[in-house]
Amino acid sequence: MVAFTIQRLLQSVLVMLTVALIAFALFNYVGDPISNIVGQDTTLADRDHLRAELGLNDSFIAQFARFVSHAAQGNFGLSYQQARPVSQIILEKMPATLELSFTAALLALIVGVPMGIYAGLHRHSWVSQTMLTVSLIGVSLPTFLIGILLILIFAVVLGWLPSFGRGAVVHIGWWTTGLLTAEGLRAIILPAITLALFQMTLIMRLVRAEMIEVLRTDYIKFARARGLTSRAINFGHALKNTLVPVITITGLQLGSIIAFAVITETVFQWPGMGLMFIQAVSFADIPVMATYLVLVGFFFVVINLVVDLLYYVVDPRLRIEREASANV
Amino acid sequence: MSELTASGTPASVPERPQRWMRFVDSDLLWSFSRSPVTMVAAVIALVIIGAALLTPLIAPQDPYDLASLSLLDATAPPAWLKDGSWNYPLGTDNQGRDVLSAVLYGTRLSLLLGCSAVILSFLLGVTLGLIAGWRGGIVDALIMRVADVQLSFPAILIALLIDGVVRSVLPRQVQTEISLYVTVLAIALSYWVHFARTVRGSTMVERNKEYIQAARVIGVHPARIVVGHLLPNVVGPILVIATINLATAILTEATLSFLGVGLPPTEPSLGTLIRIGNDYLLSGDWWISIFPGIALALLILSVNLLGDWLRDAFNPKLR
Repeated sequence: MVAFTIQRLLQSVLVMLTVALIAFALFNYVGDPISNIVGQDTTLADRDHLRAELGLNDSFIAQFARFVSHAAQGNFGLSYQQARPVSQIILEKMPATLELSFTAALLALIVGVPMGIYAGLHRHSWVSQTMLTVSLIGVSLPTFLIGILLILIFAVVLGWLPSFGRGAVVHIGWWTTGLLTAEGLRAIILPAITLALFQMTLIMRLVRAEMIEVLRTDYIKFARARGLTSRAINFGHALKNTLVPVITITGLQLGSIIAFAVITETVFQWPGMGLMFIQAVSFADIPVMATYLVLVGFFFVVINLVVDLLYYVVDPRLRIEREASANV
Repeated sequence: MSELTASGTPASVPERPQRWMRFVDSDLLWSFSRSPVTMVAAVIALVIIGAALLTPLIAPQDPYDLASLSLLDATAPPAWLKDGSWNYPLGTDNQGRDVLSAVLYGTRLSLLLGCSAVILSFLLGVTLGLIAGWRGGIVDALIMRVADVQLSFPAILIALLIDGVVRSVLPRQVQTEISLYVTVLAIALSYWVHFARTVRGSTMVERNKEYIQAARVIGVHPARIVVGHLLPNVVGPILVIATINLATAILTEATLSFLGVGLPPTEPSLGTLIRIGNDYLLSGDWWISIFPGIALALLILSVNLLGDWLRDAFNPKLR
């Protein structure tokens, strides 16, 4: 276990360093950092002076090391567009994105898992067939189109829910939350559904496939032969064994939910990191882009690491295999 | 190259028609005739592709020709609604552009971009996969580590990033002109990994087989072995991946355009049209965004269904 953890940790650090390298290359080689800082009338001598002062004449390795150590302390420089520290901007936007992502993930699980169980147990009923067909259409509809349709129906035609923004927010320390006000709760419904729909269909299909697979195994037949109730078999034995891959996939999907939030946030003008990133891309605001990249990379690496370790804890087969191969 | 095809043909010519017949007889047509959903998807896909090819002939209006637009006709609703006219069957957008024509041209552009992106990522992925699988060692490790890192991020983020970087490197005035190429490049660079990994895997299996060793023993040039002998044997499975990736590429292009970093409003793809229409959604002019949306959804759905069917038809386990 310890060896495995260390190995995975080293891998994660390597991936993070690669991402940091890309971000650093963006910072330094896309455009001239000096001309982004100073005005047009700065003399060449002053520019050179500034260049030396900022350490831009140092070796590549020294500059990269400085970038990593600054980044580790949360210092990502100034945004070209807003002339404020990027870390400050990100910190303001992060709660909105994380709140939306977690709400969407929870929604996908709460709806997707029971639907998948039902479709797995009643394979041939028309309800499950309908769910499968609808889910295929759901996968094919682009996220932004789903968002637009929801806005059209629930905000424009019916006028029940707001179509953009986060509503009223409550400040708790540096964290802002919209989940404590009625307005904020109403505002999160449509974006959360939009973001959750794809994951929901994915989880539903996964749970269904796993259920069908597990129900075929010998131990389920044995449980039937013992005369257990179908409730005990389905939920006590079958469901438990389907949940291992579901946990893994859901964990991994959390990362892509954060990434796909870019689209949902644009549709609903949700003031999160994704909207910030899109604005940074269209303004070529490199520090913000690079920081977003590092941060999302960090989320991904941490999520992957946690899921891998969880998997290792949950699934005993993996442990035995590893130990067997280690002993050879 | 000519020498290569000349020496390659004699062996394969007598076999090919036979193989083709077997192919048509047993699997593909049979599974096609068994699946009504696939047939419907194929019909829809053919209609869309046909419409895209014939767009300049069948579109009522040229949406790029600013002279034919009249602001007086702006935001007219579809023909069957009140105030609609059959001059604009699906209504007009904010500039008086006929939505039907815009959708036709947009579909054409989306298909073109999707296909170019898939072909480009196919070429890139197959080349890198062949090199990695054939050479092994440090080259392989390098290519595959890059692939691993890239695979741990969603492709849409990578496409966005490439797009953003290219934009910040280029001066603003050329950006709209070449945004088409930038978009294709961004999509291609974010999807090559799937091709590369599959090709590398099968290359590593094939390279140790007798026919490759035989070719080596008689002193065929390595480049010729790879292109002439190895490539035909590893290319099958990835053609299926290419079909499935086509749907994803079209989707990615639409998403990029919708986010405002793909194609500009002067040259609208379906995604750009939806983006334009989105601004008018709240004032009730739903047709500007919904019709391009329907076209996009139908296109992606039919390509997806065809891709699924191809994958199942080629999967020996399911036969």
